[in-house]
Amino acid sequence: MAKVARLARLDIADSDITHFTEQLAKVMDHFRDVDALDLSAVAPMTQPYPLVNVLRADEEQPCLDRDEVLAAAPAAEDGRFRVPPIIGLVD
Amino acid sequence: MANIPTTAAAIADAVRAKEMSATEVVEHHLGVIAQRDGDINAFNLVTADIARDAAKRVDAAIASGADVGVLAGVPIAIKDNMCTRGVPTTCSSNMLAGWKPPYDATVITTLNAAGAVMVGKTNLDEFAMGSSTENSAFGPTRNPLDTSRVPGGSSGGSAAAVAAGFAPVSLGSDTGGSIRQPAALCGVVGVKPTYGLVSRYGLVAFASSLDQIGPFATTVDDAALITEVIAGHDPKDSTSIPRPVPSLRAAAREGVQGMRIGRVTDLPEGAEPEVAARLDEAFAALEKAGARIVDVTLPSLSYALTAYYLIAPAEASSNLARYDGVRYGLRASAADTNAMYGATRAAGFGDEVKRRIMLGTYALSAGYYDAYYGKALKVRRLIADDFERAYAQADVVLMPTSPMVAFPFGDKVDDPMSMYLCDIYTIPTNLAGHPAMSVPFGTGAHGLPVGVQVLAPALGEVAMFRVGGALEAAGGAR
Amino acid sequence: MSELLPEGWELICGLEVHVELATKTKLFSGSPNRFGDEPNTNIDPVTLGLPGALPVLNEQAVELAMRIGLALNCTIQPCTFHRKNYFYPDMPKAYQISQYDQPLNIDGHLDLPGGVRIGVERAHLEEDTGKSTHIGGATGRIHGSEFSLIDFNRAGVPLVEIVSRPDIRTSEQARQYVSELRAILLAIGASDAKMEEGSMRCDANVSVHRVGEPFGTRCEIKNVNSIRALGRAIEYEARRQYDIIESGGTIRQETRHWDDAEGRTHTLRTKEDADDYRYFLEPDLVPLVPGDEWIARVRTNLPMLPAARRSRLATATGADVQGEAVSVIVERGQDDYVLSVGEAGGDVARALVYVQQAFAEEPPTPRVPSKDIAALTVMERDSKVTSTQAKTVLAEIVTNGGGDPAAIAAAKGFEAIDTSEVEGFVDQAIAADPDAWQKFCNGEQKAMGALVGMVMKASKGKADGKVVTAILNARRG
Repeated sequence: MAKVARLARLDIADSDITHFTEQLAKVMDHFRDVDALDLSAVAPMTQPYPLVNVLRADEEQPCLDRDEVLAAAPAAEDGRFRVPPIIGLVD
Repeated sequence: MANIPTTAAAIADAVRAKEMSATEVVEHHLGVIAQRDGDINAFNLVTADIARDAAKRVDAAIASGADVGVLAGVPIAIKDNMCTRGVPTTCSSNMLAGWKPPYDATVITTLNAAGAVMVGKTNLDEFAMGSSTENSAFGPTRNPLDTSRVPGGSSGGSAAAVAAGFAPVSLGSDTGGSIRQPAALCGVVGVKPTYGLVSRYGLVAFASSLDQIGPFATTVDDAALITEVIAGHDPKDSTSIPRPVPSLRAAAREGVQGMRIGRVTDLPEGAEPEVAARLDEAFAALEKAGARIVDVTLPSLSYALTAYYLIAPAEASSNLARYDGVRYGLRASAADTNAMYGATRAAGFGDEVKRRIMLGTYALSAGYYDAYYGKALKVRRLIADDFERAYAQADVVLMPTSPMVAFPFGDKVDDPMSMYLCDIYTIPTNLAGHPAMSVPFGTGAHGLPVGVQVLAPALGEVAMFRVGGALEAAGGAR
Repeated sequence: MSELLPEGWELICGLEVHVELATKTKLFSGSPNRFGDEPNTNIDPVTLGLPGALPVLNEQAVELAMRIGLALNCTIQPCTFHRKNYFYPDMPKAYQISQYDQPLNIDGHLDLPGGVRIGVERAHLEEDTGKSTHIGGATGRIHGSEFSLIDFNRAGVPLVEIVSRPDIRTSEQARQYVSELRAILLAIGASDAKMEEGSMRCDANVSVHRVGEPFGTRCEIKNVNSIRALGRAIEYEARRQYDIIESGGTIRQETRHWDDAEGRTHTLRTKEDADDYRYFLEPDLVPLVPGDEWIARVRTNLPMLPAARRSRLATATGADVQGEAVSVIVERGQDDYVLSVGEAGGDVARALVYVQQAFAEEPPTPRVPSKDIAALTVMERDSKVTSTQAKTVLAEIVTNGGGDPAAIAAAKGFEAIDTSEVEGFVDQAIAADPDAWQKFCNGEQKAMGALVGMVMKASKGKADGKVVTAILNARRG
């Protein structure tokens, strides 16, 4: 669970991790009945309604106003979004 | 002041006929809200000024003889997970407290064009995750019929707003029952349309393959009216169905003569006895109205909850990853960006949201995908196949909406699994992508309302509204 | 490769090339796809990953991706989009929409000019990220910076990622692969493919092994910003891996960063740090199923590809198909023009040389009418002007965007003098400077320059330099 919390970028205290683990274990218990099913011949359902080839024309639409957007940002500078130093991340 | 009608249809007719002004209508509703929302807490924000301006525009348009739309002057409450330009859209989360979207959801644009008047943004379980509206960062909404009890959820604020007369109609969103269950608990009509019938553009996503916007109303006719207005193809939503919308108000008056109503013989147990009794009475009423009852089976229904609580959290874990403190919303201060992410998301999300993000992240993670998410998608197929067989025999299927009537605060909030069981009868529809509606049909324990649920196949809204209209006409034992 | 790795060792390289497509708008929204604009001006709800925003696929991006697939001999198949989940500040939704197990284009190949065939595993559509600028600290690099600024103009720009099979065996093949791929992309109008602006980016997977043994552990090299750097990076990396193995070490699978200034690679991250991307089908999009009719239409509209154009030009001009002249002209897209000179009655072999030398700044269809060039080639062929004079006439024609070469030659006083006249001037030159003649006869080539110069001066530039040289060489015996 600690690894999952890291993956989800959620700082969760150790005590809460235990609490969450217990609650989620209860939920996961319910999944056992599905484990018993033989689903090898069943195709996964990936779309609630069967549509294909939904496309838009390559035409410009109006953009958002930069000042309005940056005003809603936690931190901005020089027309851009400001973030603390990027370390410990991929790329 | 004229006597304000209680339905959206009558208000629009009266306003268009110049029997009363949109301003009079909105002032009446703002008055009711001022009087009573302190107790109910249906609204995160009452947009009184915006509503007055919108009503004035409608009145001016009518005065100038312009076409004002079918919802002229109709007050409407909007669940606070639909983007409204310049008006805070919070999802009842500290993560988005105060955030003002720079754009309108498609449903908002559509309602504005139809002459509707938004009176406020309604409370919900944070990011629509819950069945009681107790998971709101801004305090729970109380059930107008018994303020010691929950209104259901996640669209509890929108259900309560209609039940309390704050607006004749409202919009909610339904991912696993979030419109139908609170409608049942608050004694109003609630509709979840076919997935793809109403644009999701601007609806803050919880689980993208399950979410659908729909109306609350006091009458089936109003529910049909709002569904007709908000349904229709939207090129901004790739999953929107490019089909014309049939007349649903006409369907609601058509009756059920000759229709085949499916009774599920292997329905998962758990409904309160009064709820089961009302369902039996509903079948009897429809039979009396000329329909035929046919037995159908849905053997995979018992797995629906499991599949749902893998698919919805998995999609949610991805949909809610964007709340990272970079572009909008909350940011916790930290020395570096990675630490900022963890701190921001810990501070901004409530426990239920965190639980589901954890569950969904786990279900998708390397080594577990096939065992959990992959399997859930197959169960989803089994459920859809079950429905397909059932709809070969029946035009609609009847079920309870909620296994129980409105429950007291605190009853389930610390036991996620018991809360999740509230949705046992509503979830299958979302998994299948089908429409379903809850119609009040008598009362259960403590004299609280019971809802009967009408399920129909994809794009089966006409059949659904026919049955919904007939149930409303038959009424239910009180 | 023999100069790099000893006999018996082999380099294995596969390339992942990302190209930005030349669309007007983003892959999933209508804000402009334009390089160099003010930061955060090409943004919309989808680009910024605002709550509630939904993607809709750009038809032109699909069409350009299909062009790439067809140009690389791929099979176009029904495909889907997935979410690749990871946190990074320039990735607005914290997931990238990409193609995973069902990409648009699969199983193609690209033939290098030398004939070597490199397999193309897939070419799939995905969206680009925004751009981070690291502020503070000494180097402008990510390490030691005080904060970073994010511009989302590039976020959502359509990319095609072209993944080769590990069929590349030398750094020269890698360079050829990228330059040929670039030529194809330009020819089909899919991308402007500018490595220096980042509209074409290249990552290399490199490993070394003893021939006959299994492939070695590979490292992925990023930040290769030119074709030249690609060759250097591969060579450096191959040698680094060889040295480690030879000294008894083992290669760690990792991502490495090419530092062009230092000429070496550094560890960026090891595989252990690799994130768990939790791929799953993008529920906000529907499958893309290109029908036969659509594919056929794209195929029909595909222009002739560089390889075919080079061979057409080489055949017409008699030039080497792998030579510089042919590849330069095709790269500039001026091969049709050269061939049109032939159609206008000109000498295409000479036209090839003229166009290569004088049309570098001209567009694919130069302003100069091809009949003017045709006329000039004929004048030179028939010795009406010397090659030097022809060059002068050509320069004037190009400057003026056309002109009658005969008139220009006449105005400049250029007229042909016959060989006997040139012989006379050569006699005069030898008589005037016997010293130079003696030196030339003794094998001092420098002395020839003096003699040729005198002939040119005496003939007022009308003698053909080539003819003068030929006479001098013949006289020396």
